[in-house]
Amino acid sequence: MTQALLSVLDLATHLGDRQDPVRAVDGVSFDIQAGETFALLGESGCGKSMTALSLLRLLPSSGRIVAGQVLFQGRDVLRLPEACMREVRGGGIAMVFQEPMTSLNPVMSIGEQIAEAVNRHADASDVGSRERVMELLEAVRIPDPERRLQEYPHQLSGGMKQRVVIAIALAGNPALLVADEPTTALDVTIQAQVLDLLSTLQRERGMSILLITHDLGVVAETADRVAVMYAGQIVEQATRDDFFNHPRHPYSRKLFDSLPSMDKRRGDLQVIRGLVPSLQGEFTGCRFAPRCAQVMDVCHEHTPQWCASNGHGVLCHLYADAVDSGADKKMGAGPAVISRREVNAPTPTGGEALLNTHGLEIYFPIQKGLFKRTVGHVRAVDGVGLSIPRGRTLALVGESGCGKTTVGKGILQLLRVTGGQVRFDGQELTTLAGAQLRSLRSEMQIIFQDPASSMNPRMLVGDIIAEGLVTQGIGAGRGEHERRVARLLDQVGMPAQSARRYPHEFSGGQRQRICIARALAVEPKLIVCDEPTSALDVSVQAQILNLLKRLQDELQLSYLFITHDVSVVSYIADEVAVMYLGRIVEQGDVETILRSPSHPYTQALMSAVPRIEKSGGNGNERKVIRVEGDLPSPANPPAGCHFHPRCSRVMPVCLESYPAGKELSVGHSTRCHLYDG
Amino acid sequence: MVELLWTDMLIFLLLAAVIGFVLFARRREHLRAPWRQVGRSGVAMASLVVLSVYVLIGLLDSMHYRPSLPVSAQGEPASYSTEILSVFDRMVMHLRDTGEKTYSAPFATHLFVKETVEAADGTVQRIYPRLVHGGGHLQDPHRDRLADILATALRATVVALLLWLLLSSAFIALWARRHGQSLGDAAGQILGGRTATRWRPMLLTLAICLLLIGVLSALSADYHVFGTDKVGEDVLYQSLKSVRTGLVIGTLTTLVMLPFAISLGIMAGYFRGWVDDLIQYLYTTLNSIPSVLLIAAAILILQVYLDGHGENITSVVERADLRLLFLCLILGVTSWTGLCRYLRAESLKLREVDYVQASTALGATHFAILSRHILPNVMHIVLITVVLDFSGLVLAEAVLSYVQIGVDPTMHSWGNMINSARLEMAREPIVWWSLSAAFVFMFTLVLAANLFADAVRDALDPRLR
Repeated sequence: MTQALLSVLDLATHLGDRQDPVRAVDGVSFDIQAGETFALLGESGCGKSMTALSLLRLLPSSGRIVAGQVLFQGRDVLRLPEACMREVRGGGIAMVFQEPMTSLNPVMSIGEQIAEAVNRHADASDVGSRERVMELLEAVRIPDPERRLQEYPHQLSGGMKQRVVIAIALAGNPALLVADEPTTALDVTIQAQVLDLLSTLQRERGMSILLITHDLGVVAETADRVAVMYAGQIVEQATRDDFFNHPRHPYSRKLFDSLPSMDKRRGDLQVIRGLVPSLQGEFTGCRFAPRCAQVMDVCHEHTPQWCASNGHGVLCHLYADAVDSGADKKMGAGPAVISRREVNAPTPTGGEALLNTHGLEIYFPIQKGLFKRTVGHVRAVDGVGLSIPRGRTLALVGESGCGKTTVGKGILQLLRVTGGQVRFDGQELTTLAGAQLRSLRSEMQIIFQDPASSMNPRMLVGDIIAEGLVTQGIGAGRGEHERRVARLLDQVGMPAQSARRYPHEFSGGQRQRICIARALAVEPKLIVCDEPTSALDVSVQAQILNLLKRLQDELQLSYLFITHDVSVVSYIADEVAVMYLGRIVEQGDVETILRSPSHPYTQALMSAVPRIEKSGGNGNERKVIRVEGDLPSPANPPAGCHFHPRCSRVMPVCLESYPAGKELSVGHSTRCHLYDG
Repeated sequence: MVELLWTDMLIFLLLAAVIGFVLFARRREHLRAPWRQVGRSGVAMASLVVLSVYVLIGLLDSMHYRPSLPVSAQGEPASYSTEILSVFDRMVMHLRDTGEKTYSAPFATHLFVKETVEAADGTVQRIYPRLVHGGGHLQDPHRDRLADILATALRATVVALLLWLLLSSAFIALWARRHGQSLGDAAGQILGGRTATRWRPMLLTLAICLLLIGVLSALSADYHVFGTDKVGEDVLYQSLKSVRTGLVIGTLTTLVMLPFAISLGIMAGYFRGWVDDLIQYLYTTLNSIPSVLLIAAAILILQVYLDGHGENITSVVERADLRLLFLCLILGVTSWTGLCRYLRAESLKLREVDYVQASTALGATHFAILSRHILPNVMHIVLITVVLDFSGLVLAEAVLSYVQIGVDPTMHSWGNMINSARLEMAREPIVWWSLSAAFVFMFTLVLAANLFADAVRDALDPRLR
């Protein structure tokens, strides 16, 4: 084997108190060869970002590297003096962070920021060279770079900012690019663009990439080799194809099983029981043992050894004594991947709709000048018609900024509706006000994306759940409320003692359960779920999705499920509406929309979703449609069809008029000129 | 007869509110946690002791009464003096009643100025006459004074240390019982500085305070420790009496300002629209008027009113108290804008937070949302502002009294002491002790308050975590 570009040996990084440290990284070893993409996969808190920061010695002040070696091009980075380290950072190893908004200085123009990095690393001849800056901007495929040089970060979209950040990282011609969740903050179509860009750059420059991510799909699309991290350790390491075809570690297998998808619709998703262990304190035995489905006695007592064969290594007792084929069989003897559930098949449609919106419009005025004259409107929602049947789930899909959250809040009358109708159970909501509206609010509830900010940190969980009971006057007296709260907590799978604790004492998934309990307290018929799982890890997401499905079966709830995650849609939705720039462009049942979308935007959206294809190699069958550019501003939408500037099949008529809706089959309609004829 | 002045009433109201808050917060972890954090700062605990000494003096000085006059005849209803005294006055009666003729330096035995005295034999001399009280017990002041001072100080030191030992061992015993530890372990932990809450700096500061109080009170029995002023009044007494004035200004002003600042601030932020516009215009306008102008005008109006309706005011103390109250009111009215602005900004942010939206979705009324969600989540800003403003207000009082639009000239206050020092500094040789005493007392209070406020802000401000 040739000398690796980067090899990490037994790296250990501790955080906080010296006596009782958090062992964020605990003996991690891996190699990265020149020109390959190495993915470090793990859920939040597993230590993957700390590993990356340790490589560059950029740890927060409370962190320190306590052991290990990081050999980069043969030099031990951890032993270098700080002055040489500056050469390594940027020049040898460059880093791209998750949040492009905070990685750029808002008061410096793009050109200046790139020039700063160029001047730091370039040869003397290149200093101050405008050509080099332009070259970098072109390298990251920024259109019209001449003009962009003068612009400031706030004038760019998220995807463009991330490209600028990558350009800055490329300034020193690094041999290794560390990308820490580079696309997590971006939409799927933009994510696809950035991932494409990264792999193109890698091919052009022969650069290695260390990709840190929690997204199995992203790994499947880009990585050459994969390492899975759990609780500060690497538990499995393999080539991509090996990993996706035969994952070995029980944790990796569980991760795959907990991914929602169309064919798991009928049953519960597999979940990993328990919580990620605290990294404070010593471990005895395997760290995954308490949550493992195939746990053996030895797992609790002895730390497993690294067993590797054919470059596929795993940290698990199952493989300790056997050759890998045998162990794979042993794994196969484990419980079935999906525990089928005897559920009533979803009731066929035909039941009358619980909620109907017609031509729903929500405009935000743009005011200017001393007297706040209204000079225009942001058309966040521009004529949306939806209908949600009783006991079913309608998923509203779209990129960020398309107005899907605004629709949800408009339906709940949390935002003033500019025009159109919202009929709930035969009652027109837009004309209601005051006490009438307040009493009707118990029928519709909302669950938010971020469970941390959706609960008052100064209230006890019991009081938070009881808030609805108090405001709606359900059940009299404290005792009655306490009983109801206990029952609600039980319903969402939380112990009754939780009522006397504060929200910050719970993990993300548990908090989301509490939010669901709060919504259920007033016995609603409709729940608007606004990206309820996108802030959660895959395994926790599975728990929440299971819970939502079970509650729907038990209580005949209707969901308006707002999300950008197509895999979640495929698992939970009955019907799907795709939204683009304030309007619904396609609507139909989940099977049709996901399998055979007709609108070019839906097609692009579906193809941008990173897929996990177990069989490597024959990925050509998938037709890849990339959308170019960004979502236009809803304050000034393009003339004609809003999608035409980004559409691959644009026709002259698209520039002139917005297409009327066309019913392609029963319940499946689309708004595109392609189907006019 | 107990006499309740206006400011006394408000002070005790405030005290009740503070005690109420402590009882309320004891059972709520999220309210207790930041204060525990304050306890982990040694500087804060030391400042707290100093502040408590001041507060104790202020509280004792706020319990007023009219002493009963000696009963002249049987069966006659008890009659009371027109003079209003406080419990603190009673405690330091020896300072109050031991006036000299005019200026005398600290620890002096003779007056500061020469006087023409007729001797026993009839001759007239210009000498520095002996003080009536300062070192009056000494036979030969030049010979005995130093030894006497040292001996008294030493005695007082011993007594103070004994008292400290008594207090701290009582405290350690209490602590040991609460934590279920043996007395020795507890003492070791506390004195070794190994407790989470920093009790050691607190006990040390207590020792220093007791020492100072003991020595000062022992010496002040026979001497004027800080000298006397122009009319011969003991400067130590003046400085101590000024403590209450400073505290009243610092605390009551915030009490006056809080209702405005909180209600208007969170309403502006939460309701937006015309409510916000109105409140913003209000405080922008108020902010543009120089506050000194407003205060001067208000005080002059009060003066005119008091002159016209003198019959309702029976004593000098009452009159001065009314003016003090009015000063607090007008300072409060001019100083709520800063806090209001912070609260508006925070509420603007909070109204968009998911839990407020969720509460709206549950059908909660505006009032419920404001009181249940917005108010508790801006309280940390209120607390930080109150503690930080306190020292500023104490200093403001000094400045206002200096330009003679502050408290009543008859009222003891550091501002008035500084004001009178204007003339004293112009004398030759200069009279420096009034100014120095006022400075030392005010400086200690403001420094302690600032250090404590820093620790409170560190503990409460979520951005600093």
